[in-house]
Amino acid sequence: MELRILASPREQQALLDLPWDMPLEEWPEWYLVALPRGISRHVVRFTRLGGRVYALKEVVQSFADREYRLLRDLDRLDVPAVKAVGVISGREAPDGEPLDSILVTRHLQFSLPYRALFARMMRRETVDRLIDALVVLIARLHLLGFYWGDCSLSNTLFRRDAGAFAAYLVDAETGDLHEALSTGQREHDIEIARVNIAGEMMDLAAAGYLDDTVDPIAVSDQVFERYHTLWDELTGWEAFDVNDRWRIARRVERLNELGFDVAELDIITDIGGRTVRVQPKVVDPGHHSRRLLRLTGIDAQENQARRLLNDLDAYAAETDQQGEDEEIVANSWVLDCFEPVMRAIPREFRGKLEAPEIYHEVLEHRWYLSEQAGHDVGLKETTQDYVDNVLRHKPDELAILGGTSEDPEQTQPFRIPWDELG
Amino acid sequence: MATVTYDKASRVYPGQEKPAVDSLDLQIEDGEFLVLVGPSGCGKSTSLRMLAGLEEVDAGAIRIGDRDVTHMPPKDRDIAMVFQNYALYPHMTVAANMGFALKISGTPKAEIQRRVMDAAKLLDLVEYLDRKPKALSGGQRQRVAMGRAIVREPQVFLMDEPLSNLDAKLRVSTRTQIASLQRRLGITTVYVTHDQIEAMTMGDRVCVLKDGILQQVDTPLNLYDTPANVFVAGFIGSPAMNIATFDLADGRAKLGEANVEVPTSVLSAVSNEGSNTLTVGFRPESLIPSSAEDEGGIPVTVDVVEELGSDAFIYGHPTGPKAAEATDRMRSDTIIARVEPRMAPAKGEKVVFKVKGGESHFFSTKTGERISY
Repeated sequence: MELRILASPREQQALLDLPWDMPLEEWPEWYLVALPRGISRHVVRFTRLGGRVYALKEVVQSFADREYRLLRDLDRLDVPAVKAVGVISGREAPDGEPLDSILVTRHLQFSLPYRALFARMMRRETVDRLIDALVVLIARLHLLGFYWGDCSLSNTLFRRDAGAFAAYLVDAETGDLHEALSTGQREHDIEIARVNIAGEMMDLAAAGYLDDTVDPIAVSDQVFERYHTLWDELTGWEAFDVNDRWRIARRVERLNELGFDVAELDIITDIGGRTVRVQPKVVDPGHHSRRLLRLTGIDAQENQARRLLNDLDAYAAETDQQGEDEEIVANSWVLDCFEPVMRAIPREFRGKLEAPEIYHEVLEHRWYLSEQAGHDVGLKETTQDYVDNVLRHKPDELAILGGTSEDPEQTQPFRIPWDELG
Repeated sequence: MATVTYDKASRVYPGQEKPAVDSLDLQIEDGEFLVLVGPSGCGKSTSLRMLAGLEEVDAGAIRIGDRDVTHMPPKDRDIAMVFQNYALYPHMTVAANMGFALKISGTPKAEIQRRVMDAAKLLDLVEYLDRKPKALSGGQRQRVAMGRAIVREPQVFLMDEPLSNLDAKLRVSTRTQIASLQRRLGITTVYVTHDQIEAMTMGDRVCVLKDGILQQVDTPLNLYDTPANVFVAGFIGSPAMNIATFDLADGRAKLGEANVEVPTSVLSAVSNEGSNTLTVGFRPESLIPSSAEDEGGIPVTVDVVEELGSDAFIYGHPTGPKAAEATDRMRSDTIIARVEPRMAPAKGEKVVFKVKGGESHFFSTKTGERISY
């Protein structure tokens, strides 16, 4: 059979050099990024090509093709997920023995597996934030008609988002894209997530990585409750008296607060005309990050964007430009505030955190410094102090692929293929 | 444990006119292993998901035992979707790995212990309950994973193409293992596959679906021996049944040079529906080389010989001046016959076959339904 590399031309070139005629498990180390990895039911390895890290997963062709298509679809739908790069099929060993296909995905920069986050003891608030991020991701997927089928912390990557987290889907193998999901599908998906997360938390507890204040079962119940609250806010009907029409605007504001834009509202008035019923029809996540991108060209997570936009508002007030055109003020904020901070970060520290996260931390730091000093400390001074006393001591998070360097079989949940049944 | 009943259950996807599952009537016995099989788009997965509560039921009802579950949320139905793979947690003992999901649902501790112990006995895992998964062999780990589903003590297990990500070789060994485990557990199981061989080897009964409509449900052997219509006849069996539309003349079925005997009851059934053609099917092993004194037969030129040692198959095409006319009446271009191994005719040879007595299958050309005789 012919070797077929389905990928964009640029990446195809780079991919050509890899030893596709060898089972992934036997690839020599010099092809691989020597970072720990979780045990998956499939063989998974990481490699670096042209300065980027790629994940390779060996799997039967129909599964590789299917997951590739799904990830591409999710990408088109703007879902936070790993990007599929290509599928290598028609592989053959030198002796003619056929080899399974390989799905290639691009590693998400600055993303953290949950095990890495838990490697340092995790506090209750951090757990809450992880769960919130995951719940927002599930609700986004469900709005689009995506049934995940195996939602868990292990199948998710997290990126820092102004002290909170943004969640990314990593594994779409069990997923399915539908026109719309039935209540049963959503309920089942959440039930799977709940059981997986409880298991992962109990495992962390058994390993001594979980603070005593965190109760795995309470956390998994929280997934269930938060999801339903969010889903109701996103899709539920709300009825009120015709004189309380301001509540329509309030609903939209609440959704904006949650980071969703409302593109369409369905409004029905009763026959008597006394009661109004409202339901959001189309909601798009990324309200703040879209606005920040439009104004400044800065690509940030939702909470980071909210934080930066607040700073932009404060800047407009301080410099007395509130009446000015928004775009113009945003432009001078980038020149006066954002860029000077970024330029003050030494190059060797730039792999530690993403730019918007650094800016967020500088703003936090400024608040602490000002409180200590009893007066407002300037941005320049804060940045210098932040670099010397905070950022310098942080780990590099550009490409963390696993939790610890220990044997993954001892640290990660792992999966058993059916063929070992016996 | 319980029976499962589909009572004229239908599912119509929004925006579609044709139901994905059309008035499915199916009774699954307590403890039975039932396989839903059919080509893609036949409604098999939708049927399973309706039972799981993942698809709405637009008409009709579904019952588990006496309970009507038609509109019940999935988690209240007392079913377990068995995954292709379960996570095992390395820091937790085998017992904790098997029982933790019960803890989430608030099952009392003593009850969890009892269920884990029962499952461990069934799965030969009792002496490993205090160990960590790392200390187990691959097979034992897989049984722990199965234990996660078993401790829930569901009324019904549901499996949706669980072997589809394995290569052909592994599928064969694994399907027997799943089937034998199910028999030990005795839990009613509904299993979906597109692979008719998987269906035939695993199911107590097999339910064949096409275009959302149940075609036939029966034991594997009965499906093979008495397919209810042309679709089932062609779908079940590997290599496939030879099927072609013949003309009726002088009390025999003729196509090109081929000429086979038709029982009188079949002839009268065809004439009753005002037709003069008949769809005839015969399995590769029902063909035997005919001797000179036999009347009629099916002349075939051998194209390929497949000698497997224990079996031999020949793949050929009809022979004779009217061969071209014959091929467009056939479901497939080739005629397949099983012949005596080590005595197979050579490529290019011409052989006249006849169908063993009573092994012809007749179907109405009009409706595709089987005509019994």
